[in-house]
Amino acid sequence: MIPFIRHRGIVAPLDRSNIDTDVIIPKQYLKSVKRTGFGPNLFDSWRYLAPGDLESDHSRRPRNPDFVLNQSRYQGASILVTGANFGCGSSREHAVWAFLDAGFRAVIAPSFADIFDTNAAKNGLLTVRLPEDAVRTLVEEVEQTEGYQLDIDLPEQTMVADSGATWSFDIDPQRKRCLVEGLDDIALTLHHADQIREFEAARRAHAPWLFDRFGSP
Amino acid sequence: MPLSPIIDAHQASNEKTIMSGRTLYDKLWDEHAVQTAEDGTTLLYIDCQLVHEVTSPQAFEGLRLAGRAPWRPDSIVAVADHNVPTEPDLEEIPDAVSRHQVEVLDANCAEYGLLEFPMGDPRQGIVHVIGPEQGITLPGMTVVCGDSHTSTHGALATLAFGIGTSQVEHVLATQCLPVRKPANMLVRLEGRAAPGVGAKDLALALIGSIGAAGGTGCAIEFAGQAVEAMSMEARMTLCNMAIEAGARSGLVAVDDVTLEYVRGRTYAPEGAVLEEAERRWRELRSDGDAVFERAVVLQTGELAPQVTWGTSPEMVVPVDAAVPRPDEAEDSVRADDMKAALNYMGLKGGETVTDLELDRIFIGSCTNARIEDLREAAAVVRGRHCADNIRQALVVPGSGRVKAQAESEGLDRIFTEAGFEWREPGCSMCLAMNADRLEPGERCAATSNRNFEGRQGEGGRTHLVSPAMAAAAACAGHFVDVREYLA
Repeated sequence: MIPFIRHRGIVAPLDRSNIDTDVIIPKQYLKSVKRTGFGPNLFDSWRYLAPGDLESDHSRRPRNPDFVLNQSRYQGASILVTGANFGCGSSREHAVWAFLDAGFRAVIAPSFADIFDTNAAKNGLLTVRLPEDAVRTLVEEVEQTEGYQLDIDLPEQTMVADSGATWSFDIDPQRKRCLVEGLDDIALTLHHADQIREFEAARRAHAPWLFDRFGSP
Repeated sequence: MPLSPIIDAHQASNEKTIMSGRTLYDKLWDEHAVQTAEDGTTLLYIDCQLVHEVTSPQAFEGLRLAGRAPWRPDSIVAVADHNVPTEPDLEEIPDAVSRHQVEVLDANCAEYGLLEFPMGDPRQGIVHVIGPEQGITLPGMTVVCGDSHTSTHGALATLAFGIGTSQVEHVLATQCLPVRKPANMLVRLEGRAAPGVGAKDLALALIGSIGAAGGTGCAIEFAGQAVEAMSMEARMTLCNMAIEAGARSGLVAVDDVTLEYVRGRTYAPEGAVLEEAERRWRELRSDGDAVFERAVVLQTGELAPQVTWGTSPEMVVPVDAAVPRPDEAEDSVRADDMKAALNYMGLKGGETVTDLELDRIFIGSCTNARIEDLREAAAVVRGRHCADNIRQALVVPGSGRVKAQAESEGLDRIFTEAGFEWREPGCSMCLAMNADRLEPGERCAATSNRNFEGRQGEGGRTHLVSPAMAAAAACAGHFVDVREYLA
């Protein structure tokens, strides 16, 4: 996983609540068996004027000039500020892969859907929770100031704007550690392999009907 | 917004006293906790992982790249459901990209010796339909799947939740997940719902009241008179929709209905082992003095059938109401969301729901494609015919077994004689990854779970309803109150 320590980048606003993972990355791109290449399809149905699929040349598809991320002032944005319950819906991790592939490193919102939030943490995409009114203020500042950037400092749990405006945010300490150190959490779990085996042996004795159930003939 | 039938019962403190009992969720959690770290992260043991073709290829690839192998192949069942075509008599998947994804699943299962129900196998179907149906899902288990609707399995008092691909790989590699425990939330469905008002309507009414994030960070236990009276199929519909309220898990306590459902299923235990299992399963209920961090009560007797009007399941009204107008919104943020949703849906606000004309009907999905759902829809369709303005009405059974059962009861003929298409099992037009989809601007009454923009096809407009309501809408050509059809 790519570590997240400090990041400075352009902020783009997407002022809507309940943005779901179907909108973030539509289903036709889920047919890919890879983790990469989803960047051009982030918000695909909002970004382009006509539908595409895995075989399209996205650089040739006409873009929707009204979509905020297509505006020239937000080109190169790496931080998104958006509405509540962000990432609701499907468990597709492709939504997080699309953000990273499009160059995003952080999403700021009043709240996130649980599965998206977990998926983000597993891939080094920082999710920052701010109170609803703070998000509102931030959206207004971003819209008013072209080239608005934020410095995010995860160890310090702060965000600082060029104006000097500062926000601090909360994050689960274990998640913070994994993000800062870029840890492979499968390897961390496997440190407990002996304990898992011990638990498993006891569970087999306690609920034998849950073992040796499936397998190809 | 219409008057909410929700009453906030109590907002209990997070601090539980040592003397208080445990919830069903607490019991399931404790039984699967390998260890809990000081910071509260629990290493949770997973009894079964269900795997499908869309969210697993990158997990198997990650496993391979790290030089790892599945920890317990005997705990995994795989099935292709999202991409499979539903047209009858197809030898293979016509779309090459979809076919490749299913072939990758087949190859991964072959490589690691995993049980798979391949396309054409009578056991194949939607992963959340076949789990309970085959006795793969049993009370007291932990079940995960790279699919958000894994909450469905909680109807059997199973701790079940959807995960992303990184977590699919984590469970493959370690049989465990490091997780934080969600809060306990109790939803009591009191009273008895009117005929024609089903579990889907109750779920939509609940989401309409508490919002699409109303259960975020929680596991919801459904209880109360209306739940006790429900069949297992109805309980699965209810738990399936828990994720649309933001809750990763839904749960129902074990009772005789649960035990009766499990008996005799292919992968369920038998004989003395079953007796011992049932003795333990009977304990899978919340203690009388268990404390829930949140609780809500819904009076079901007053509810009408529900229809969603927008692009979030929380945007829902009773069938006898009008589509809300943005100027009725509580605040400007909500008003903007409503305007965007109405614009996408081709509505202005203020329309009478029963005046909304439809183009397509979809009866299917992990929410509503079980035998009881098809019986309910067929009971409405019997003796009627699809209206002339309906371009297509699809019935997609949830599994090969559901399809065979329906055919043995003659339901397929009721549907086809009424102008419906009778299809092969799969996820189909719920998410339109296969050829079943809406064209831009088409309006659909769907028994699925999400009315998101583009969900059923780019530009498609989805109204979520129960199977009975979808069937009635097909016959009328527009929404109708199915209670009038049943009277």
